[in-house]
Amino acid sequence: MSESRLPTAVELDGDGAHPAAWRYSGRAPGAVLTAGALREGVAAAEAAGFTLATFDDAPVPPSTGVNAAGRLEAGARAAFAATITERIGLAPTLHVTTTEPFHLATQLASLDHAGRGRAAWLVGAANDPESLATIGASPLAPEELRREVRDVVDAARLLWDSWEDGAVIKDAATGRFLDADRVHHVDFAGARFTVKGPLITPRPPQGQVVVLAPAALELGARADIALVGGHDTAALGERAAEARETGTPLAFAEIEVLLGGTDASAAGRAARLEESAAWPDTGRFRYVGSAGGFARLLRSLAGIVDGVRLHPAVLAADLPLLAEHVLPALDAAGLHRPPATGATLRDALGLPRPANRFTAAS
Amino acid sequence: MTEASTGALYDPHARVHLGVFYTGVGPQLLWNDPSAADHVAIGTFVEVARLLERGLFDAFFLGEGLRVRENRGRVHDQDVAGRPDAITQLSALAAVTERIGLVATQNATYNFPADLARRLASLDLLSDGRAGWNIVTTDNAWTGANFRHGGWLAHERRYDRAGQFVDAVTALWDAWEPDAVVATGEAKSWARPGSIGEVARSTDLVDLRAVPTVPASRQGRPVLFQAGDSDGGRELAASRADVVFSANTPYDKAVAYAADLRARLARYGRSADSLRILPGASVVLGDTPDEAVERARWVREEQMSAPRAITFFEQYWGTDLSGYDPQGPLPDIDPVEGELDPSRGTIPIERRTGKLALIARWREQSEQRGLSMLELARQVAPGHPAFVGTPSQVADEWVRYVRTRAVDGFNITPYLIPSALEDIVDKLVPELQERGAYRTAYEGETLREHLDLPPLNP
Ligand SMILES: Cc1cc2nc3c(=O)[nH]c(=O)nc-3n(C[C@H](O)[C@H](O)[C@H](O)COP(=O)(O)O)c2cc1C
Repeated sequence: MSESRLPTAVELDGDGAHPAAWRYSGRAPGAVLTAGALREGVAAAEAAGFTLATFDDAPVPPSTGVNAAGRLEAGARAAFAATITERIGLAPTLHVTTTEPFHLATQLASLDHAGRGRAAWLVGAANDPESLATIGASPLAPEELRREVRDVVDAARLLWDSWEDGAVIKDAATGRFLDADRVHHVDFAGARFTVKGPLITPRPPQGQVVVLAPAALELGARADIALVGGHDTAALGERAAEARETGTPLAFAEIEVLLGGTDASAAGRAARLEESAAWPDTGRFRYVGSAGGFARLLRSLAGIVDGVRLHPAVLAADLPLLAEHVLPALDAAGLHRPPATGATLRDALGLPRPANRFTAAS
Repeated sequence: MTEASTGALYDPHARVHLGVFYTGVGPQLLWNDPSAADHVAIGTFVEVARLLERGLFDAFFLGEGLRVRENRGRVHDQDVAGRPDAITQLSALAAVTERIGLVATQNATYNFPADLARRLASLDLLSDGRAGWNIVTTDNAWTGANFRHGGWLAHERRYDRAGQFVDAVTALWDAWEPDAVVATGEAKSWARPGSIGEVARSTDLVDLRAVPTVPASRQGRPVLFQAGDSDGGRELAASRADVVFSANTPYDKAVAYAADLRARLARYGRSADSLRILPGASVVLGDTPDEAVERARWVREEQMSAPRAITFFEQYWGTDLSGYDPQGPLPDIDPVEGELDPSRGTIPIERRTGKLALIARWREQSEQRGLSMLELARQVAPGHPAFVGTPSQVADEWVRYVRTRAVDGFNITPYLIPSALEDIVDKLVPELQERGAYRTAYEGETLREHLDLPPLNP
């Protein structure tokens, strides 16, 4: 069982989940693209005790420019966060369709080293014409995409195992730095690409980086955490159960959240945001109301889902309320505890460190 | 030296610019010493970057190799191997350093231009204008086996691809107008309409259409380094780079290289001052000249041990030589036909071709002087310490290099982390400062400023 029974992730991209969040960030709109903003965001999330921070991303701008059109690459943001945090997990969204699988596996392994075992990967599968055009390609057919996502995840997981633990032996007597029998070609062959291996980076501290994926990608046991949507708790529960049945160990509910001291003040904030831009329905659960009510909602989800990922409408407003009222209430209910310093993300999630398939095989 | 030889005037005020080329892997890095730091731990990188920042270095520079080196089909086990992704690691370092430039070696053959442009631009913003890109073009199919399109690029076209790649990347970096983002949350829109452009390319070498998501940093764009010594490499440097990371370290070679490069620059209408020349340099210091020489001998012997000598020749013979005595003569058998070992990507060009002639020369050399395999390997393998002496001796030599404009400084390849670098920061830097040839405090904020490069054209 995990150390906390409702591990809590928070999405830190941009100024918040609401498209008009930039108008209420309390800083100049362009500041979201600075190191300072990132530093503040991750520091606040870690201080609040969140288990995991996620960094959304896409190869294309987040909006046309009416709302925010700028965004730093998520892997770089997560890496920057790695050396200024000590406990929180870090999960950039990296897309399987617009990157090289080998680079992606290297970047994530490196993030795990830099974060001393706190890296996760939120699997992205951008398949719109604009995203694919950035690499001179066209969208994949649904079946092709399904296969491609699986292939890239399989390739990354193989590459993370390509160096066995303890492959670096530094044996002065024989002059060998590493044991060549413990560093492996992977010879991965997917439908659309092959990878020889081994990775250029030794095995990540967690053995395998934690893999999060939207449940719709149907990754089954390839993912460690499925992210499930649903407009009510019943739907969340059903989808979580479905995801677990396919072999994903954990299912986290996706929840968009806009808080106020009271339900009325939250509704007032929502109305003001709505005047600037509509908040499109993405299929996620959405909560608009008092912080106290939100804490009760989360308590009711324990046992139905294995964790939650929160998408604060406006980080500058909602993150402090989550920190002050919501996480402490979960803590008091024995449902949540900040990750321990020095623990890996797997430790915090109660996920075992996987055996290496090459070690297991030999 | 006069202008005629280097293509630039003697400059009595010239300063030495220093970077560290942190390969993180390879034969030059000693692992067999108790003081050698953990080569993968983030703490080692943080410690080194902060040390160099204390030494007022321009740049901390990560190398890249996209396939783990092998010897006859097996992972090469004698050298330090395994390193992080450069941009990931430098982003992590950006958070805990303040001034030092952060340069990522990144390959133009096995990356997607828009993806790489975005990652580098992100590092540039996160470091507030301290990013650089060392453009390399290793194209062999052996490396390509790790990538979607395999060895897709003909060797002769590697610099066509690189040139087009760099042009697409710089266009992406330049696609946001300077004040594209509005000043307040009350404005009509987040970005001024029409202030963010799209970049499209469609050739057989570069094909993309992208609207970039990252604006320019305070230095305008990441500084462009070029490493690669062929004619194509030099043309890429002269046409597009801000800094060359050259392999021409000995003084005479450096002078010839500088003259050649400056002539090329002029052909592109660029001033001699728009490109910094920083050759690689290995440095071995001692408190006395004898101590330095003794230490250099020790470094060389550690770097080329008996098992490594066998492996070194195996790469050229292409066959198992483990039955030969490293203390004995060169193998009497003929080498296997065919290419050199695929680790050739970073083997100098002259060694990649004509291996039979090379082996014939080695035979002659070892017979004439009665050298064993081990002795010969120590003489002929690349990686001899270029600068050996007391801090004062090396400082004098470097001052001559920069004042005669043979180079603008050096990219130091350390043999032992971190102690070899501590010696340079604590002993060599003060000697350079005493000679008025090194800054005594950072004067600028960005990597471009550290390098004294002219501002980018608007
Ligand atoms: C000083 C120096 C350092 C280099 N470092 C790297 C490196 O870290 N990674 C890499 O892939 N290639 C590296 N290279 C290889 C070159 O950048 C280049 O891609 C290769 O030599 C082929 O180009 P050429 O034919 O112009 O030499 C380096 C080359 C030089 C001269």
